[in-house]
Amino acid sequence: MLEIKNLHVNIGNKEILKGINLTVNAGEVHAIMGPNGSGKSTLAQVLAGKEEYEVTQGEVIYNGKNLFELSPEDRAREGLFLAFQYPIELPGVSNTNLLKTALNEIRKYRGEEELDAIEFLSLIKEKTKLVELDQKLLSRSVNEGFSGGEKKRNEIFQMAVLEPKLSILDETDSGLDIDALKIVANGVNMLKSKNNATIVVTHYQRLLNYIIPDFVHVLYNGKIVKSGGKALAFELEEKGYDWLKNNANQLVEN
Amino acid sequence: MIETLEIKDIKNWYIENFQKFENSLNGGASGVIHELRKDAISNFSRLDFPTTRNEEWKYTSIAPLLKHTFIPASYKSGIELGQIKKMLFEGLEHTRLVFVNGFFSKGLSDLKDLPEGVIAGSIEDAIKNNSDIVTKHFSKYADYKEQIFTALSTAYTKDGAFIYIPDGKIIEKPIQILYLSSSGGEKILNQPRNLFVAGKNCQVTIIENYSALDDGIYFTNTVTEIFSGENSTVYHIKLQNESKNAFHIARMEVDQERDSNFKSNMISFGAGLSRNDFNTRFNDRGGECELNGLFMIDGEQMFDVHTMIDHAAPYCNSHEHYKGLLDGKSHGVFNGKVMVRRDAQKTNAFQENNNIILSDSALINTKPQLEIFADDVKCSHGATIGQLEEDALFYLKTRGIGDKTARGMLIHAFASDVVNSIKVEAIRNYLEGILTNKFNPES
Repeated sequence: MLEIKNLHVNIGNKEILKGINLTVNAGEVHAIMGPNGSGKSTLAQVLAGKEEYEVTQGEVIYNGKNLFELSPEDRAREGLFLAFQYPIELPGVSNTNLLKTALNEIRKYRGEEELDAIEFLSLIKEKTKLVELDQKLLSRSVNEGFSGGEKKRNEIFQMAVLEPKLSILDETDSGLDIDALKIVANGVNMLKSKNNATIVVTHYQRLLNYIIPDFVHVLYNGKIVKSGGKALAFELEEKGYDWLKNNANQLVEN
Repeated sequence: MIETLEIKDIKNWYIENFQKFENSLNGGASGVIHELRKDAISNFSRLDFPTTRNEEWKYTSIAPLLKHTFIPASYKSGIELGQIKKMLFEGLEHTRLVFVNGFFSKGLSDLKDLPEGVIAGSIEDAIKNNSDIVTKHFSKYADYKEQIFTALSTAYTKDGAFIYIPDGKIIEKPIQILYLSSSGGEKILNQPRNLFVAGKNCQVTIIENYSALDDGIYFTNTVTEIFSGENSTVYHIKLQNESKNAFHIARMEVDQERDSNFKSNMISFGAGLSRNDFNTRFNDRGGECELNGLFMIDGEQMFDVHTMIDHAAPYCNSHEHYKGLLDGKSHGVFNGKVMVRRDAQKTNAFQENNNIILSDSALINTKPQLEIFADDVKCSHGATIGQLEEDALFYLKTRGIGDKTARGMLIHAFASDVVNSIKVEAIRNYLEGILTNKFNPES
C-alpha cells in the first residue's frame, strides 16, 4: 500500500529526514517510535502533504501512485488520513459542516453520489458512538474550546467517518489519560480491517498495550535505526531510547 | 493651485444650485426647517472639503468625488415592483418604504397594517404638515456646522424617511426602507435625509437598504438621525450595495436616552468610494449599544467606516465588532473611537476590528481609539489584520476538501459571528447565500 524509498526531507536548510525506507501493506499496523525531535512528526506531515517541507531525495509510492504528485486534498481523496498531533481549531466551521463537505468532496472525486442529509446524519450518529463522542460537539466549531482529549477523539471520529485506507496517527496518545487513551485505541481497533493499514506515531510505548502493532520501527536522527515486532516496543520501554541512541551514534562514528 | 480652483468651482456649483433648489420648493421655502437649510448652505460655503491632511480623512481621499459635477436628482417614475423584488429579501414580512433617487414612491411602498399612531413615510410630507416631532428632532443630532457633507445634506433637505414610534408600541414587522438609485446615465446627487424617532418603552426594527438599479456614476449623500427614547429598543440594519462606480457618503447619528437599547448591523458591499460615519451617544445612564459590521470589498473599491461611541453617561455598555474582507486592489479604513467622559463611571466598552486580506494588493488601515476620562471603567479594544491561516487550510485539505472550497469555508467562518448576530432571519439567509456564492460557487 505504501512504499517509502530513501526519503530525505528538509525544513529550510536543515535536513530532518535522512533516508527513510518503509513498506506498509494492507492489514498491517506499524508503530513508529522515537525520542522527541527524531523526525516522527515531519514524516507524518510530509506524507499528508505539508508544503513547507521540501523533499530532496527519494520517493513514496502510495497505491501505485507517486504520492508527491498528489495535492494534499487528492491524497485524502485517495484514502490517506492524518490524525494531527495538534488538531487545528476552526472557529465558525462546525464539525458537521466539515465532515459533510469532506465526505462529499471525497465521494465526488471517486465518482460516487453525494450523501443526502438523512444518510449523512445516520452515518455520523453511528460513528460518534464508536469514539464515545458527545453529539453536542457535532454542531460546535471544529475543536474550538475542546479539551485535549476531545480534540484527539474528534480526530479519530473524523477518521471513522472518512474511512481511510491508510491512517497516520501522529502522537494521538500524547497527553491523554488512560480512559481517553482506551477510547481512542478502541476506535482504531474497531476500524482496523484487512483492507486498510495504520501507522501509529508515538513517543510512548503505553499506547501499544492497546493497539497491537505488527511492526515497530525506531526513528532516530532522521533514520529508522531499528525495526522489529511488537517485542521491540517492550524492549524500548525497559531500556529507554538511550540504548538505541548509543548504538546509532556508534554506527555513525564507526 | 489648479486643483484648488477646481474644488472651489465644485463648491460654487452646489451653492449656485441651491437657489434653483429653493425655487423648486414652491412655498416650502419658509418655516423652521428652511431656516436650517439657509444656515446650512452658508456653513457649507464657509467649510472646506476635507483632504487627507485632515486627521479624520487621513486615509480617504475624496478627490475622485470632486471631479464630478452632480446634479441634484429628481424623482424617477416608471419603476415596477418586479424590478425591486430581488432586493427585498425573500420571505421577509415587512412594512416597506421605497425611495427612488431620494424621493418617496408611494406606489412602490407598502404601508398597510401599521399600528395606530405609528408614522412611516416621507419626511417631505411631515415637514409640510409642520410635524412637531420633526421640528423637535430634525438636525439636532447631526451637526452641520463642522461637517461639510452634513451641511450639504441639511441645505438640500427635501425628502427622506420619517419614522415615529409612539411610547409603548412594539412593532413586530421590520420596517424596510429601500433607497433605490437609478441614475440612467446621468450624474445625479441623491440626498435622502432620514429621521427615526422611537418614544419611551417601544420597540422597532428598521432596515436601511441602499441599492442601485444600474452601475452608473452617482453620488448618495445621506444623513440619518435616530432618537432612541427611554427604555426603547431600536434595532437598525444598514445594507450598502451601491453601484461600483458610485460615491456614498453617509452619516448616522444616534441619540440614546436612559436605559435604551440600540443595536446595529452594518453590512456593506461598498460602492466605488464610500464613507460611513456612525456615531452613537449615551445621553443618560443604563444604555446598551451594539455595533456589528461586516464589509466585503474587491476590485478598486474604497470603503471607509468611522464609528464613535460616546459614553457621556455612567452605567452604559457598548460592544462593537467590525470585520472586513478585502480582495483585489480594494482599500478599507476602519476608525473606531470610544469616548468615555469624566462622569461615565461603570462603563463597559468593548471594541474589536478584524480584517482578512485575500489578495496581494488589497489594503486596510485600522485605527481603534479609546479615550478614557473616567477611572472606574472596563474597556478593551483591538484590531487584527491577517490572511487566511495556512495551517487551517492545510487541515481542511487533509480531509479531502479542495483549495477553493477550503478558502470559502474559512472566509465564511470568519464572517459568521457578525452574520449570526443579525436578528432578521431573511437577511441572515440572504447574506449566507451571498457568502456561499461569492466564495464557494461550486457547492
